[in-house]
Amino acid sequence: MRIVVIGAGITGLSIARVLTRYDNLEVVVVDKNPDVGWGVSKANTSIIHPCHEEDPDKHPLRTKLCLEGHDKWYEWTRELDIRVKWPGEIMAATSEEEIRVLEHYYELAIRNRVPGVRLLRGEELFRLEPTLNPEVIAGLYAPSAGTIDPIGACIALAENIVDNGGRLLLGRRVKGIRVGDYRVLGVETTGGFIQADLVVNAAGLYADEISRMAGISDYTIHPRRGQYLIYDRTVQPKPSRIIHSAPTQKTKGVYLVNTVGEVLLVGPTAEDLPSNMRDANYTTREGLEYVLKQAMKLIRKLPPRELVIRTYAGLRPEPSTGSFILRFHEDPWGFIEAAGIRSPGLTAAPGIAGYIEKLIREHVELKPREKWNPYRRDITRPKMLPATERNRLIRENPDYGRIICQCEGVSLGEVMEAVKRMKKIGVPEVTLDGLKFRAHIMVGRCQGTFCRPLTSFILQERLGLEIWSLKFNLEGSFYGVGRVKDLFKKPVEAGEK
Amino acid sequence: MIYDSVIIGGGPAGLAAAVKLAEKGYEPVIIESRDRLGGIPLQCIHPGFGLHLFREDLTGPEYIYRFIDRVEELGVKYVLEAYVEEIVNYSMISKKVRITSPRGVEVVEGKTLIYAAGARERTRYEIGLPGPNAAGIYTAGEAQTMMDMYGVMPGKRVLILGSGDVGLIMARRFVLEGAEVVGVVEILSYPSGLVRNIVQCLEDYGIPLYLQHTVKEIRARNGRVSEAVITRVDENFKPIPGSEFTVDIDALILAVGLRPRVKLLKELGVRIDPNSHGPVVNDWLETMDAPGVFVAGNALMINDYADYASMQGYWAAESAIEYIENKGLPSTRWRRVVPGENTRLVVPQYLSGLRDAWLYLRVSTPLENARLVIPGLGREIPLIHALPSLQLRLMLRREEILRAGEEVVVEAVKD
Repeated sequence: MRIVVIGAGITGLSIARVLTRYDNLEVVVVDKNPDVGWGVSKANTSIIHPCHEEDPDKHPLRTKLCLEGHDKWYEWTRELDIRVKWPGEIMAATSEEEIRVLEHYYELAIRNRVPGVRLLRGEELFRLEPTLNPEVIAGLYAPSAGTIDPIGACIALAENIVDNGGRLLLGRRVKGIRVGDYRVLGVETTGGFIQADLVVNAAGLYADEISRMAGISDYTIHPRRGQYLIYDRTVQPKPSRIIHSAPTQKTKGVYLVNTVGEVLLVGPTAEDLPSNMRDANYTTREGLEYVLKQAMKLIRKLPPRELVIRTYAGLRPEPSTGSFILRFHEDPWGFIEAAGIRSPGLTAAPGIAGYIEKLIREHVELKPREKWNPYRRDITRPKMLPATERNRLIRENPDYGRIICQCEGVSLGEVMEAVKRMKKIGVPEVTLDGLKFRAHIMVGRCQGTFCRPLTSFILQERLGLEIWSLKFNLEGSFYGVGRVKDLFKKPVEAGEK
Repeated sequence: MIYDSVIIGGGPAGLAAAVKLAEKGYEPVIIESRDRLGGIPLQCIHPGFGLHLFREDLTGPEYIYRFIDRVEELGVKYVLEAYVEEIVNYSMISKKVRITSPRGVEVVEGKTLIYAAGARERTRYEIGLPGPNAAGIYTAGEAQTMMDMYGVMPGKRVLILGSGDVGLIMARRFVLEGAEVVGVVEILSYPSGLVRNIVQCLEDYGIPLYLQHTVKEIRARNGRVSEAVITRVDENFKPIPGSEFTVDIDALILAVGLRPRVKLLKELGVRIDPNSHGPVVNDWLETMDAPGVFVAGNALMINDYADYASMQGYWAAESAIEYIENKGLPSTRWRRVVPGENTRLVVPQYLSGLRDAWLYLRVSTPLENARLVIPGLGREIPLIHALPSLQLRLMLRREEILRAGEEVVVEAVKD
């Protein structure tokens, strides 16, 4: 039988990966975006949470899945060669009131059996993290916190799904769910109808709209915006642990993360936006100022503003129910929801996948495959290799010796490998963002001012596409508006295909 | 093979250094990151190059090919598509540069090193311009690469933020290619580009220059920048309410300044001058923290003219020769150069008193009928009309320098 997963984000792809283990399931993932992970998964704090912030009384399932997901990421990141590190985190308190907050989460850590959590003060705290602001009076240290490359994780999952016989249909927006005889029959998309026996709604920010297409309207989703700043990798001091403020009634915590890319990520805000603002993923002066003000309380010295290399905003789906919506519907039968996946959705994703698998198993007999490949290798990164191996690689393919990103030392070989891998998972056309997330070009100090035109030119030479018509990401985001001299050619309007 | 000098960067500074060394019978090698020599002038198809060095008005490619042709004639060795991973200051007479190129990983060794890696542009993020991350927002240099290296139009209704020279030149380029430039917005009360560019690139084409204005907000539609909200600012650069107006655009070009590329120097332990954003050097253009490592061109400080970058290249090459012959530069007691009143930066930062030296400097604010004063030297130069955008250059004689104490203060005073 065929199962269609709507949404190629961390949730949908985790579910799809788990389901490729079964012989009698044909797994198809559909997404409106032309690549994976471009929704909620793209822009978040990238934390694998220890799960001591989850209250098992209020959200028992969410707590359970967070804990399960956290531990599964240990395995998944190894199997799928996903960039991750496990520096642990410190929840920092600057007042007696905040210490009570820390104590509350310490209690939850014990209840949730989160390992290694300790309340630290004074010298012990500053020895653990010397970059902390001296005003910090206590910290709740949770050594099991990690930070992951979230979009890299989506890409890894997608490649593994395809390796195991699953399919991705990207760049197709779901227009409707076809239902007949009280069961799902398939999904109508902008790219045609796809028959399905089971449909999983993992549509992130738009999950409520998808549910409504299946006649389910008992919840809504509104976007909660998070704004972030990224500082250059060279900034000092750069914390080695993840540092964040104690969440209070009024404010959510602001994080300082030395990411897997070794840049300093600071954020987010938590701005509740009306549900018609699902495309408001832009930064604001006020938002960024707020983040900096909060971050300043946590770190000894915040780097100067001119060392900010990028700012961005992400939208998180906040369900009206306040909790994950994970259901297998009897009417229409076969409609499954993995909706309202708000924080800690990234951490919980593998747990959610396991839970959805269990829901399906309660309704359908699943036969495990004899051969299933849990492994996937990342793109070859010459700069991570010893010189002898790098030389061998360059001899075989000189593109690995052509460094096109001066900031991060990325070779053309990696870019071309990214192109190949995009094709493999069914990305309909090469985009600049697709290359950025895979090859890690355009992410350094200069933000692509050198490597973007160069890469575009090389792609024009090798793939025969027009430089100007390369897109950053979505429809309309063309790099240029046409060729030089096009504006003098009437009546052909430059910028139009 | 130990070269006399490993030159990092094959642009105006690096090529000039290579030519000078080779002409004097020394053997340099040029490490260039692109697939051809020339650097940024290759994409500067406008004139204005060579006025100081050749007394001729050349385009960027014409200018730089004078050096490239000479490099070929002299048989100077160069490595293309080479990325410098690390510089090791192994000893006084051994600088090892680890490079990756399509030929593999190798170490190139020189008795000296001339660092001429140029500059990078500041981005919207470091000036704190929030909004969507949409297509159509480029630095002036990227727009120039797109247009004049690869034949791509970045936009057809363009706003330019900042009045740096590359932005002004691009304003004219856009108009000449049939695009509309809705204006150039500058937060300061005076332009940051050269007067000649204000006249030849804006005034001649009727492009409005909005001084004391900034872009407050940008909006995007369908993945591309679509609108910019411009506002007047007060003397503290705060937006003046009610002064906003919105322009429809499909490209926003940023000309908000350049910064020397100093990452590799920093890794070598070289101190960076917070005023010039380049390395701290002496009057041989040698970094004070790494003997035998010389710096020239925009990696040293942002220059107004490619000619100056090339002159610094010559200077660094002559210094390298002196260094090679003596296995180092003489021991001396250094005099620190300090930018004083109304002075933004002075390079070099240290003077030896053992040689004549050029000082490159900028004032920090526009000045009318002022004087440039170096009290310790008894030197005074009238400044009839000085702007921060105008790089000043003056020669100090050895005898003058010897008169100075430990500090040489350079300041601009109003009459």
